[in-house]
Amino acid sequence: MQTSLSGRAFRRIGHVLVITVFTVALAFPFYWMLVTSFKQNVDLYTMANNPFIFNAKPTLDHLTFLFTQTRFVRWLGNTTFVGVVVVSITLVLALPAAYSLARLSGRWGERVGIGIFLTYLVPPTLLFIPLSRVIAYLGLQDSLWALILVYPSFTVPFSIWLLMGFFKAIPRELEDAAMVDGLTRFGAFVKMVIPISTSGILTVVIFTFTLVTQEFVYALTFLSSEENQMIGTGIPIFLVRGDVYYWGALMAACLIATLPIAFLYNLFLDRFIAGFTVGAVK
Amino acid sequence: MAVVETRDLTKVFKEGGLGAVNSVNLETREGEFLVFLGPSGSGKTTLLRMIAGLEAPTSGDILIGGRVVNDLSPRERRIAMVFQSYALYPHLSVYRNIAFPLQAQKVKKELHKEKVEWAAALLGIGALLERKPRELSGGERQRVALARAIVREPAVFLLDEPLSNLDAKLRASAREELERFHRRVGTTTIYVTHDQVEAMAMGDRVLVLNKGVVHQLGTPAEVYDNPADTFVATFLGSPPMNLAELAELIVGFRPEHLRPSSSVTGDAVSFRLKVENIEYLGAEWIVSGTVVGGRLGGKKVFSRLTSAQDLALEGTYDFAVPQRQLKFFDRSTEKRIEPRAVSLQ
Amino acid sequence: MLAPAVLYILLLVAGPFLLAIFYAFSDARIGNTQLHFVGLENFRSILQSPSFRIAVRNSFIFTIGSQIVVIIASSILAIALEQPFRGRGMLRFLMLLPWVAPIALGAIGWKWILDSIYSVISWVLVALHLYKPFGAPMWLGEPHLAIASVLLVHSWRLIPFSTVILLAGRTAIPKDIPEAAAVDGAGFWRTEFLILLPMMMPIISVAVLFGIIFTFTDMTVVYILTAGGPFDSTQVLPSLAFTLGIQGSDLAAGAAISLTLVPLLVIIAYLMLRVAHRAEVT
Ligand SMILES: Nc1ncnc2c1ncn2[C@@H]1O[C@H](COP(=O)(O)OP(=O)(O)OP(=O)(O)O)[C@@H](O)[C@H]1O
Ligand SMILES: [Mg+2]
Repeated sequence: MQTSLSGRAFRRIGHVLVITVFTVALAFPFYWMLVTSFKQNVDLYTMANNPFIFNAKPTLDHLTFLFTQTRFVRWLGNTTFVGVVVVSITLVLALPAAYSLARLSGRWGERVGIGIFLTYLVPPTLLFIPLSRVIAYLGLQDSLWALILVYPSFTVPFSIWLLMGFFKAIPRELEDAAMVDGLTRFGAFVKMVIPISTSGILTVVIFTFTLVTQEFVYALTFLSSEENQMIGTGIPIFLVRGDVYYWGALMAACLIATLPIAFLYNLFLDRFIAGFTVGAVK
Repeated sequence: MAVVETRDLTKVFKEGGLGAVNSVNLETREGEFLVFLGPSGSGKTTLLRMIAGLEAPTSGDILIGGRVVNDLSPRERRIAMVFQSYALYPHLSVYRNIAFPLQAQKVKKELHKEKVEWAAALLGIGALLERKPRELSGGERQRVALARAIVREPAVFLLDEPLSNLDAKLRASAREELERFHRRVGTTTIYVTHDQVEAMAMGDRVLVLNKGVVHQLGTPAEVYDNPADTFVATFLGSPPMNLAELAELIVGFRPEHLRPSSSVTGDAVSFRLKVENIEYLGAEWIVSGTVVGGRLGGKKVFSRLTSAQDLALEGTYDFAVPQRQLKFFDRSTEKRIEPRAVSLQ
Repeated sequence: MLAPAVLYILLLVAGPFLLAIFYAFSDARIGNTQLHFVGLENFRSILQSPSFRIAVRNSFIFTIGSQIVVIIASSILAIALEQPFRGRGMLRFLMLLPWVAPIALGAIGWKWILDSIYSVISWVLVALHLYKPFGAPMWLGEPHLAIASVLLVHSWRLIPFSTVILLAGRTAIPKDIPEAAAVDGAGFWRTEFLILLPMMMPIISVAVLFGIIFTFTDMTVVYILTAGGPFDSTQVLPSLAFTLGIQGSDLAAGAAISLTLVPLLVIIAYLMLRVAHRAEVT
């Protein structure tokens, strides 16, 4: 759209200003993590130093410390392990459920669908107290299996919701044709619907994985020993010894844990939005 | 009221790519109904949007009322536009939709009611003012869009295929209504369509566009009877003009001028035609066949007749075209050239 | 094919929820095997406790305050990001980081930025001579500043989320609506406020409703930044439930506090369904 010359210049300046201010405000903490990760302690903890620049040579000390003196690698492994298992459980439970909800016509299917969506709104902070007792009763305290048991309770509802959208977009005739050609309904689902929905399934995989890495309350409640932590709890709690914060290592750990997730999330952003907009955007 | 003029107006979307609009020069007349006609993708919308100020030209000038408006925003151009989708504001009532331009241009609030009612009455939607756009039929929406366009009495009206969302029946009546409406308000109007019937019926003049290039600007009779080139000749008319390539030129004649010899009097060229297909369309017949012998031998042609009952499939008949109905085009430029005597035998 | 997923969700959501209600009316404590029904006793005692009242107040301050900041900021940002420009993809990645990073890690980043001694913000303020050296306030050590800090970190985290949702809403509006407004003579502000904003209402409500849930039920930001301090001044309902129920072993009190989240969650769920329903009708 065109505007008069001065208006255009004015808008351009406003645009650049808004973008700059927001980028700085939103990304600054991560920039700060980056800078802190490579600064020597003498530099970090000398108040007279300008904190925005390197007053002493950059160092890899914090990274070395993080990877050799802490359980950081172990936490990464724990998180990956829980992530992979939870993703598998989520797929096994959500795929058939989403498919049958997408194909279930009438009020009933719609109601179950809405019910499942609403359970996604139930926060961990509502359930962690009773669940901690359930976990204790099952003998799963301080075990990653506690998380594996509980996490699907929120990954499955949102995954069902996301997948339903994908399955609804697949024309019914396709499975009908497959069934006419001799497949059972389940066969048609496995051989036709799943291959077509790979991008939807990939979205769910990544979404579930990021939810697992971001969860804090359950991990804090169920896990206690240092070697059993997830990154979300291990870094902020066990990289602090008493009152001593290893800021360099802490910030490096935060950044290392965040970037891969951010990258994956960004790739699939549009699909996540579709899951959140509940039909208010068409 | 005002005259719209473009000078070498060009729009290139992708640098180095083909222009969507290429060096268009046109000038409307005061109060005229000018139609942009062209196939899909010919640049009609782009041209219109540049005139409206919604798209910045790559080069060239736009003048409205004699003033260069290139750097003016849409609202400073005193134009009104009706979009193909009507673009009614879904959350506002019909009344507030029509009042919006008044509000936006800071017309005194006391005048709103009077003006909105005037516009609504002109289009016969006075009873719909409290409704929301989604509660209206397609035809009613179109009228609201028109009312919103006229309410502030613009200098120029721009309409982009405003009838294409209507069903065939509604379209005919809406077309008639638009014509009457234009006669009444007399505002210079530019109307975009890819429907030649609409263009012929409504336009004072028609601008034929293809690939962003103007092929002809003339009255409906001029573009139909004296097409500037082979593109215009074949784009207008259904079936299109028959064209046959001879050695150095192209000869064309309209299907309605190709008739059985017996019904053609005066100077005429004639040839034998083997009838291959006959379609009955109610008011007329479309006959197609292949010329037998002569310089046009093997050429497939169409004829449009009021009666074809005497013809039989696979029969061979004598057909003729009056000499003065033959059009000639240059073989290389495809532009129309002076009539000349040719023998088709 | 629906049954396994529904069963899993019922067992791990509805089950613990009922258990939470059960605890809230009992005298359950960790290590206490005998349960007694105590009626409304737990609710009466939390209502009388000052820390509960502070937690309620804070929960509302954080939720409402951050939503106001988030909606204003993300509306501006969504406008600025709508038109493509060079580098938009990169900026979008950077701006998304607060939302994508695990909350605990983003919060620990802020804890470093707001550090009592080495805060970069304090350094800048001192460098600008707004404060004397060592004279800058302790951002997380004074109740009002701590509350403001938590509120800002919540906003910081939700702005990207809200922005992408609003962006999806804006792109869903047909381009010719703002164009028609431009031709009709409306300038930037009039188009934004009279045309686009009302049309965006459903999608804005979705963003706000999710934002409310994410803030109201979150304990991570408070837990990491201030652990509820100083002197319980930043405690929110979920973190108070954690402090009492898990750390203090008083399951009954913790469960009762958690349950106070429910009324608001129900209201949000109801509003969410209404938005979704409206969107289907129009
Ligand atoms: N915003 C744009 N970016 C890039 N190319 C465009 C854009 N708008 C139009 N074009 C291209 O410009 C050419 C002309 O498009 P235009 O919409 O003006 O055609 P039209 O004559 O209105 O067609 P139709 O009858 O289908 O509406 C087309 O090739 C189109 O693909
Ligand atoms: Mg067009």
